[in-house]
Amino acid sequence: MRPVQLTINGEPRAIEVAETALLLEVLREQCGLFSVREGCGVGQCGTCTVLLDGRPVSSCLLLAALQDGRSVETLEGLGRPELGELDPIQAVFLEHEAFQCGYCTPGFILSVKALLAERPDPTPEEAREYLAGNLCRCGAYPEILKATAAASARLRGVQGSECAL
Amino acid sequence: MHRPGMLHVALVRSQSPHARLVSVDTARCASVPGVRLVLTGPDLPGIPDLDPWIGPAFKDHPLLAIDKVRFVGEPIAAVVAESVEAAGEGAALVEVEYAELPAVFDARIAAQPGAPLVHERVEPARAFPDLAHLPTLTGTNVCYQYRLRRGDVEAGFKAADFVFEDAFSSPPAQHASLEPHAYLAEAEPDGKLTIWSTTQTPSFVRSELADAFHLPLNRVRVRVPYLGGGYGGKMYDKHEPLVALLARLTGRPVKLVLSRGEEFHTITKHGANIHLKTGVMRDGRIVARHVQIFWDTGAYADIGPRVAGKTGFASAGPYRIEHVWVDSYCVYTNKPPAGAFRGFGMPQVVWAHERQADLIARRLGIDPLDFRLRQTLDEGDEFATGTALQSSGLRACLEQAAEAIDWGSRHKAHSAHFSAPEDAEAPITNLRRGKGIACGLKAVIFPSTSSAIVTLNADASATVYTSTVEMGQGSETTMAQFAAEVLGLPLEKIQVHPPDTDITPYDTITAGSRSTYHMGNAVRLAADDVRCQVLDAAAQRLEVSSADLEMADGDVFVRGAKERRVSLPDLFSLSFGGRGSTVVGHGRFTPTTAPVDPESGMSAKSTEYWFPGATAVEVEVDDQTGRVDVLRVAAAADVGTAVHPAHCRQQIVGATSMALSLALFEEIVFDGGHVVNPSLADYMLASALDVPPEIVPIVVQVPHPGGPFGAKGVGETAIFSLAPAIANAVADAVGVSLVDLPITPERVLQAISVAKAPTTNRAGSAHFSAPSDR
Repeated sequence: MRPVQLTINGEPRAIEVAETALLLEVLREQCGLFSVREGCGVGQCGTCTVLLDGRPVSSCLLLAALQDGRSVETLEGLGRPELGELDPIQAVFLEHEAFQCGYCTPGFILSVKALLAERPDPTPEEAREYLAGNLCRCGAYPEILKATAAASARLRGVQGSECAL
Repeated sequence: MHRPGMLHVALVRSQSPHARLVSVDTARCASVPGVRLVLTGPDLPGIPDLDPWIGPAFKDHPLLAIDKVRFVGEPIAAVVAESVEAAGEGAALVEVEYAELPAVFDARIAAQPGAPLVHERVEPARAFPDLAHLPTLTGTNVCYQYRLRRGDVEAGFKAADFVFEDAFSSPPAQHASLEPHAYLAEAEPDGKLTIWSTTQTPSFVRSELADAFHLPLNRVRVRVPYLGGGYGGKMYDKHEPLVALLARLTGRPVKLVLSRGEEFHTITKHGANIHLKTGVMRDGRIVARHVQIFWDTGAYADIGPRVAGKTGFASAGPYRIEHVWVDSYCVYTNKPPAGAFRGFGMPQVVWAHERQADLIARRLGIDPLDFRLRQTLDEGDEFATGTALQSSGLRACLEQAAEAIDWGSRHKAHSAHFSAPEDAEAPITNLRRGKGIACGLKAVIFPSTSSAIVTLNADASATVYTSTVEMGQGSETTMAQFAAEVLGLPLEKIQVHPPDTDITPYDTITAGSRSTYHMGNAVRLAADDVRCQVLDAAAQRLEVSSADLEMADGDVFVRGAKERRVSLPDLFSLSFGGRGSTVVGHGRFTPTTAPVDPESGMSAKSTEYWFPGATAVEVEVDDQTGRVDVLRVAAAADVGTAVHPAHCRQQIVGATSMALSLALFEEIVFDGGHVVNPSLADYMLASALDVPPEIVPIVVQVPHPGGPFGAKGVGETAIFSLAPAIANAVADAVGVSLVDLPITPERVLQAISVAKAPTTNRAGSAHFSAPSDR
């Protein structure tokens, strides 16, 4: 076991992790963050996407013990659930029904968040390219891309006020 | 999911495709710290009160391999431990000694006399009425043969102007639901069994568990949370009986979650080889068709016999054909089991009949759309099986899909297979554009039964209890809509209870685009039952006939005199025992069918409804690299009444995306029975980059008189015809013929080089397989 300091969804945490434990396993089993889901185990499907210091990564490929001092964001960190408030990206995913079974949705929402942080107004091609690391077997891609464009517009158009809805 | 004291399972899997088990040594495994139980297949016959054989068609599948293994990846032993890691460590230490047997990997070879036998003897399961006629099998790998005999096919070929023969293949593929199969079972000391399972068939799993352990049905509880995708991969029982057995043997909750690699060894989409011999007249009319299909169902039949039957049924295509002969064989091989996959075999047969439709149209110089429209089955026409079509918008699907991609402008823009340069200064390009169209017509599974319960509370809220599994298709919303409509309540007043066999009543399956129609009817009937009870009570209170009453927004009132009313809270207090009481309604729906003649396959009513679809595409083919870009897709589906139009469009778009992935990328590759690509790193799925920006869903509505408010189903309709539409468009673009899936750049290049080669050797290209011009 090895102690690591992680900031998880904004809260500093000191956790003992097994040297071989994947970040995915620690987030699910030790932190109870079940929006982080394993889909393929080899970093191809994106269902285990989390934001590591703001960058989207596949948590199934990272050893938790090597992430000391870093910040991790999962879907649970978005919006203000205690007040029933959704993040604007979550809200547009709902409005556009940008999912069917929903298994891939947390990963997609985090990837969209990272995309819009990097490029607030991506072209459709840039969005498709950026989101190619997340798979949706139900095939809701057209709705996901529409939701991405809508999130971009909303975040640029009504900065602060919409986020605090 | 987690339960206190929960144990974890790792499975030891076969490394041999076909071998006798000489020994399974568990000594080293059992000494691993944390390992609580090691159960091997050879242990199973010694366990009292256990039937270790499962399967929906044949009881051919042992929970663990008992005497021999039949495919690489078949589970031989289960290691149960305190942690996933300990179970995995233990599993790696189980030593298996095999005595190799000859194996067979090709269904066409396995079907021949003298081929190595995958099973020496199998017994039928008799679990479903449509499979009740399956016999005990000995001495063959052919576990089912479907026959259709209509007219006199040989006379038809004699009368035809041309006879064309072509062979087509579809590879085995993976469902690849991003959520894998997962199970959590617990056994109470009194024997009651509870299992949470990722299943599309909770009622069937309950029966199977009851049979396996000789328990009454009410001692088995199957609960199903929302599924992370199913697509047919989570049908019937997979590892539920094994996990339940491990929970019984350890007295602890036991959980099994499959890895992605294990998914490839659990259930697959059937690979199929289809041979079509078709007699046509000069004007393009098909007069006779002979169909032979070999379905590779792998080592265990799973639902393969139903796939072979239901698709053999539809394999001649949605055309008026006087003489039809179909032999559809379901064949065991030493490969992982194949079962239901979205479309239930239709994508494989539609690939064949729609590719051949284009090949014939091109050979005869007829526009492919005209070729289809000249002989498409219309309302009232008799399908090849003798059943008249009812509520079928196939023609509208074809016409509207074609229109959406400007089919009419096709020949102008695509003459000589060159894309029209949009600007005169554009450089000469390797890119060739083409358009293609294809259609399919599926019959819903028959017979089947759905049951539902609806309860109404005094506060005008209601709950719907069904065993329909929500896996992203939107069934919860649809069922709530039906109840809301009948009860005159707003949608938000309706709750839908998730499947739980202690509470929700029987349903055959959540599959085959049947739930909206069947469960929709059951919910409608259950809500009607509630409504009748409420109206009868209100009629007494208001002293009118119940026929003059209406229900809306939580009130019952006299039609045309809204002031004469009683509110539901008042009515419940007066007539149903008080504020907290409930009115309970029940509905059961089983459509009727006419008997099917076992020799000819003919029946006056062999299905309840049809769902037709058509897909039209425009592609761009790079004739130097073979790359196919699908530029736009229009997919039309006749859904009956669109109960939830947005969800109908989503199903069409989603199925199209999945079909595109299957058409261009997907194939499970085998080498000596070993899956070469059991990982999403090697088995490619379409991403947002691959799906065309423009997918136009077209909802065609031909209401069905028997459907709830006219609805049919839509989950599979757009999955049939995309692959042949793409291949037909490739033929339009570069003049080559594809007969095998997937449509990889290598295949396209190979076809281009064959087409360019001197005419002497064109073997392998069905395009040129000898038409006999009389």
